[in-house]
Formats: sequence, C-alpha cells, structure tokens
Amino acid sequence: MTTFTYDVVVIGAGLAGMRAALSAHHQGASVAILTKVHPVRSHSNAAQGGINAALTDRGDKWEEHAFETVKGSDYLGDQDAVEILAKEAGDDIIALEHMGVIFNRNEEGRLGTRRFGGQKRARTFFVADFTGQAILHVLFEQILQAQLPVYEEWFVTSILKDDHDRCAGVVAFEIQSGKFALFHSKAVILAAGGLGRVYEPSTNALICTGDGMALAYRAGAPLMDMEMVQYHPTTLKGKGLLISEAARGEGAYLLNCHGERFMESYAPNMMELASRDVVARAEHIEINEGRGINGCVLLDCRHLGKEFIHDRLRQINEEAKIFANIDLTEEPLPIRPGMHYQMGGIKTDIDGRCWDIQEKWNGVAGLFAAGETACISLHGGNRLGANSLLDTVVFGRRAGNCAAEFAKEQTICKVSDTQCEIDRNLVQAILARKGNGDTVADLRYTMGTTMNRHLSVFRDHEGMHTAQQIIKQLQERWDGVAIKDKGRVFNTGLISTLELRFMLDCAETIIAGALTRKESRGAHFRTDYLERDDDHWLKHILLYHSTEGPPRMDYLPVCITQWEPQTRVY
Amino acid sequence: METTLRIRRFNPGQEKPAPYYQEYAVELESSDSVLDGLIKVREKLDDSLALRCSCRGAICGSCGMRINGQSALACKTKVVSVAPQGGTIQVEPMNNMPVIKDLVTDMSTFWKKIRQVNPWLQPKGPPPPSEYLAPAEAMKHLSGVMTCIMCGVCVSDCTVLEIDSKFVGPAALAKAYRFVADPRDAFTKQRLTILNYSGGMWDCTRCMACVQVCPKGVAPMDRIMSLRAKGMAVQVPSTSGSRHAEVFTDIIRRKGLLDEPMLAVRTLGLRNLPRLFGMIPLALRSLVRGKVPGSGPLHRPIAGIHHIRRIFRHTRKKRRT
Repeated sequence: MTTFTYDVVVIGAGLAGMRAALSAHHQGASVAILTKVHPVRSHSNAAQGGINAALTDRGDKWEEHAFETVKGSDYLGDQDAVEILAKEAGDDIIALEHMGVIFNRNEEGRLGTRRFGGQKRARTFFVADFTGQAILHVLFEQILQAQLPVYEEWFVTSILKDDHDRCAGVVAFEIQSGKFALFHSKAVILAAGGLGRVYEPSTNALICTGDGMALAYRAGAPLMDMEMVQYHPTTLKGKGLLISEAARGEGAYLLNCHGERFMESYAPNMMELASRDVVARAEHIEINEGRGINGCVLLDCRHLGKEFIHDRLRQINEEAKIFANIDLTEEPLPIRPGMHYQMGGIKTDIDGRCWDIQEKWNGVAGLFAAGETACISLHGGNRLGANSLLDTVVFGRRAGNCAAEFAKEQTICKVSDTQCEIDRNLVQAILARKGNGDTVADLRYTMGTTMNRHLSVFRDHEGMHTAQQIIKQLQERWDGVAIKDKGRVFNTGLISTLELRFMLDCAETIIAGALTRKESRGAHFRTDYLERDDDHWLKHILLYHSTEGPPRMDYLPVCITQWEPQTRVY
Repeated sequence: METTLRIRRFNPGQEKPAPYYQEYAVELESSDSVLDGLIKVREKLDDSLALRCSCRGAICGSCGMRINGQSALACKTKVVSVAPQGGTIQVEPMNNMPVIKDLVTDMSTFWKKIRQVNPWLQPKGPPPPSEYLAPAEAMKHLSGVMTCIMCGVCVSDCTVLEIDSKFVGPAALAKAYRFVADPRDAFTKQRLTILNYSGGMWDCTRCMACVQVCPKGVAPMDRIMSLRAKGMAVQVPSTSGSRHAEVFTDIIRRKGLLDEPMLAVRTLGLRNLPRLFGMIPLALRSLVRGKVPGSGPLHRPIAGIHHIRRIFRHTRKKRRT
C-alpha cells in the first residue's frame, strides 16, 4: 500500500483549502493538498461579485458589518464567530492585496468598493465581476511559490481514524490511475466546498457534491444548520447559471411583467438589495401570483449604460449573451431564484475544529473544516452576498493555523489499512455490478428535482416528508447502480457513482433538519409554520450519522454577544 | 435538432490501445452547448466517455477540446454555431499535449511552463501597512489579463508548439505579462531577461491563433508583443529575437521593403559563422526557386520611400510625447 505522511492534509484547493494550507505551511507544518480537480478549476471561481470588509481606516465600522451579517442570518448566526469575521476581514483583504490580487481601485489608487445586498454601506471589494477567480488564481500562485505538494485529481473516499477515534489521515485514490493510497497525518482540514448538485438545477459547478460534509458525517462528526439552503435571486432559467448580485449592487432593477419594481412592496428601504432570502421569496410570490414572465421576473441593467456594464459587469454580460442570447445593455434579462449555497455544513468552532474542546458536543479530534463545507455558524439562516469569500479566507487561515498548532502536539499514529481495504472493496464491488437498469444520472436527476421541488424557497411538512421517502428509496437503489466502464483509468462514471452516495447523505440531513425545524427563519420558510419562533427555535440542529435509520439529532444554543433578536425588516 | 457527435476516443486500458472515432446521435436544443451534448451522451448513451467539465459557464477552464478542428471550451460553444442545421460535430482532445483517455489530456507540461515564468507577485521590501497604491487604469488593464482561466485552448492551437515543444507558449507568456505590467512588481527587468532567451517571448510567430481561440478575450499574442516592447524598452540583453525586430524596422525605414538576406545576416550577426553557414542550404533552395531578392546595394529603396520615413518620424515623435 502506498502511504504518504504529512503533519496536515488539506482536502480541497479552493479559497478555503489553499488559504488553510498556506497558513499551516507558514506555521512550519508539512502540508499537502488533495483535490479532485486542479486547484484553479475549483468552484471558488464562480464567486463573482466581491468580498466584504469594513476597513476602519476609511470610516467603516466592523460592528455595522457584523450586525448586518447577524440580521441577514435571521439571528441564527453565532455572534462570536460573526464578530471575528467582521473584525479580521480588513487584515485579510489587505493580505490578499499584498499577495497580488488586482482589486478595483478608486481615483486615488486605493481599493474601491461597491454595494451588496443586506448592507447599507458599500464595503464590498471586487475585481470586476470575477472576484473569486481573481483571488483563487493568486492563492494558487502563492501555493506554487511555497512549493506545496498538490495531489491533483485525487478522490478522497474516507477519513482515517485511530483506536481513540481521532482523525489520523485519509484514504484516497488517484483518478488518473485508479490507485489507492493512505495519507497519514496529524490533522486533516476539510475544505471540499458545497453540495449544490444535490439540487437540480443549481448555480453550482458539477463538482459541488458535498464530499467534505459526507466524509465528516460518515466519520462521526456532526453536520449543523443543514436545513438552511440559499436560493439566489438571480439565476438563469434552464441550467440555473448564476447572475451576480453585483448587478443589483451596481443599481440594476427587478421588474415584474407590468414593469414594476416589485421589491417596493416587500422591502421598501433596501429594495433590490434586501437579503437574498427576502428577494428570492418576493420573486417567487410574483411568479406564483401571475406577475412573472414564463416562470421568471426581469433583471434590468439598461439604465447603467454600456461602458459601465462593460467595465464592471463584463462577465455576466457575456454570460447573458452566450447562455440567454440577451445583451444586458439592450434588453432586460429573465431570471429566477435558484439553489446557490449551503449555509450549513460540518460543525466547527471558531478555529475550524470539528470537535469541542469544552466537550459540549461530540466530534472527531484532529479533524478541521473551513469554507462552504463548514458551519461555525456564521451565516445562520441566510448568508449575505460577498460574505462567502470572506468566510473562506478568514476561517481558512484560522483553521490552517490551528491545525498546524494542533499537529505540533501530536505524533503520527500509523493505523491499519482496514479502511483502505473497505474502500477498495467498495470500488471493486461498484465496478463488478451487473446493474438493475438504474443509472447514476437517473438517480441524481430524481434526487435533484425532488429537492428543488420540496426543499426550496417555500416548504411544508407534506412535501418534505415525500422527499424523505424518495431519498430513502434512492439510497437503496444506489446499491444496484452499475456503470459501463470497468477500467480504473480516469473512470468518471465511478467518480459520479461515489459522489452520488455522498450527495444522498447530504440530502438526508437537509430534509431531517428541515422537517425538525418547525418555524420560518431565513432561507427556511415553511408555509405550515409562517413565523419565526425564537422561544423554541433560536438554536442549531446538529445531525449525527447513524448506520441504521435516520440521523441522530442534538441541539446547540445560538451564541448571542450584543445583538438580541429583533423583527427583521428591510 | 438531431446532432451527431463524432468523438475521438482512446482508452489506455484496452489491449493494444489505439484512438478511434465513435458517433453518437443526440437530440439537442438550439440553446444547448457542445458540452450539453457530451453530458447527454455520458448520461444517456455511454457513461464510459471520459471528459473534464465542471462550471458549465466558461469560468473553470476544464472543458477545453477541439471542436470541428478548432480548440474551444465545450461549454461556451453553442451547437448551432458549429452545426447550424444539425449534422455532425467532430470532438477531439486538445492538441500539443498527450491524451490520457478520450477527451482528457495530460496538462502537466502546461503547468510546468506556467511555473517557469515565476508566476507570483514579487514586490520590493516589506509591504506597506495598508494596500499598495496603484493607478486604477493599470489595475483595470491587468484585469483584462487576469481573466485567463488556464484552460489550455491557446496552447492547444499554438502553431509554434506544434513544431517546437520548448516554446513556453501563449498562456505562460500572458501570465508573465500580468506581472511585468503590474506596478507593484519589482522584478520587471529580471522577468523580461528570462523571457528574452530561447523558448521565450521571441519565439512566437504572430500567427494569431491564440487570440482567435481564447475564450476569455485575453489575446495572448498581443501580450507577447507588449512583452517584447517592454523588453526592448528596459534594454534586456541583445538576442537574435530583439535584433530581428530592430533590424527589421531599420531596413523598412531605409528601404520600405524587406531585404531578407540582410535581415538574416544582421540578426544572426556576422561573427555567428555556424548559424550563417546553416542558412546556406535554405539560401540555395530559395535560389533554385528564384526566390532570392536582390540584397545589399542591389536592393533599392522603393518609390515614395520618403512617405515611409515620414511615418517613422511621426511615430517616434508621438512615442516621445
């Protein structure tokens, strides 16, 4: 068995993963990154609009940013974590600039900002409308400079655990050869991104299959806030591609079929820049009540002017041209809400640990997480636009530092290759299956459309219960799915099969959380429980994997430092 | 609209692996991309088809391939743009790199070449307490290069790489330009000096293929030309590449028409006997075909040469201001 040994192994090479790897490296740890795609193919690329930070040296206040994040979360965000995010944001933005990110400048040559949803002040730093890509490529440059080993196109199948149930590394195979290897490490940082493909359609890339969440879940770490799934207000019909919030941030209007700026009746103060959950619900109501156009409402950018659109909204204008055949400078674009982001994820503390040093909840020692795959909880019931990039760099850095510190106190614990045998046998079994007629594509499609129907902007018990039954059946049918390619080299059918198993785990937890939370909060809006219920539900739902039956549940109180829950009006 | 995808396939796991073409008929909408077609093949007809794809929106750079002979991102290529009335679309893996399986290529050399240009910002001294001050225009200009998603499409269609694998290639040079043109970077001259030698910025033949196929409008060749100009401006050591440009300009200024033998001799240098002797067979072949124009004193300035010289004077004055 091929084995590798490092202090810290990072799974995923998006912003959170690379940021974590760099800080662990700077702390002196030996670090390796494993990723199922080349780092610059990661989905952080898709973050278009920008990254928030309250820079105090230009008159902004971190408390305002923190409060708006807490209000955006519908008071489910943990305020200790939100305070850290807002306080440390400025230093992280400047650090990114020093690394080489070509942030937009104002006339004085200093960093320029734009407005984003749910915030009264312009505190979003940006690179045109490809901010994520611009930062991702710069972090990759830093990884090259630091000469960190990157295991590109490796697929992780399990978290390794020692006899004391601590994390001891991972099992993975190289996609190009199909060969398995053991990675022994003192700490593992999961930064494997979101789970968008659990839904169909979704703005997320095809690689966003919840691998990190499912790996942690299966290893015994709890997932949290899984019911909180964000629908983005502006996505294209059909494949569900994202049109950045930057469009509205820069002043675009949302119109119904009568040409009215309908947000006036839902959020008279913030209008199009209310929180995403609020705008997505408003659009849905307009469409449901017959004021939409072919299941969409319109995004109108025309009044912004050609030159402005070309400079600041270049990519989405191009995207609209290619994928919707519409020139934003001349016509309004039909858009609708689409699944976009998972607020929930692997429960971590403010330093990325997936276990509690005070032992108030159970987890897996030695396991860390950061980015969309993690849930601290920062975003609570609803994430503000341009807070996700910030989350990845602030908490990626913190997880990397903490993992390196943790690793210094540990010794490498060689564990047997039993887990590797189990995973290898699973792969062999999948390849050997004769098949019962089910295909990965069929099962995935059924799962995705079910989730999009019953666990979207509006939810109720009956629909979610139906979805639960369907997902259970799909999990059983997964055991019979066969693929045609029996080879080991670059077997993408095999990868899709393994990813589907992870996605079904994620779907199970989303539904379990959503059925349990009997109130409406943030993105979780139930037509059978219309109000937010702070008396009973100002708390997080933790979900533990159980080998038989539904996930085991536990609860954690929300951390409140200075902002008592209020009625949320935009 | 029924469309046939004719896909070049290769499975290294087969006994005696050899590439072959396989055709799949799929029903596609006019809004569909070639990637939608390939995904349909994979999901409905043949899940053994290997390809890389992820974002579906031309930002991750995974799905570079050749479509009807030209390299492109499959997700950005509309079916109707390559097969307006339906019919057959030929899909092959990218060129100038080895194939791993079907449409999946080995990009390790591509990445090695990116690494060769030291692709990270190298400012001088410790960073300022806040951000570096930089002109808004300079940053906006750089953002046009930073849109590069490293898909490899330019490298796949590069006509120089087809015959000279040592060429660092359009993607790596565009990346190098991103640092050379960055006001925060302090190693401009060192960077340009590295790019000045064999395999670097002078090896591009300006065929424009990279500009034409780049899915993000990066225009790598234009960046290469800017690198050359910047290299000459900071006086990187004289090489045959920079001399070629200088001598070329000088001959045109004086004669209005290229004196090719003179260009070769002056570019290589009179003392470079081995290279000059090496040119003899080419000269003889050209002679036999009657393609050697007059040179030296036999090569007269064209009529109206004063107009050409005036253009030169004008551009020089303009550059100075």
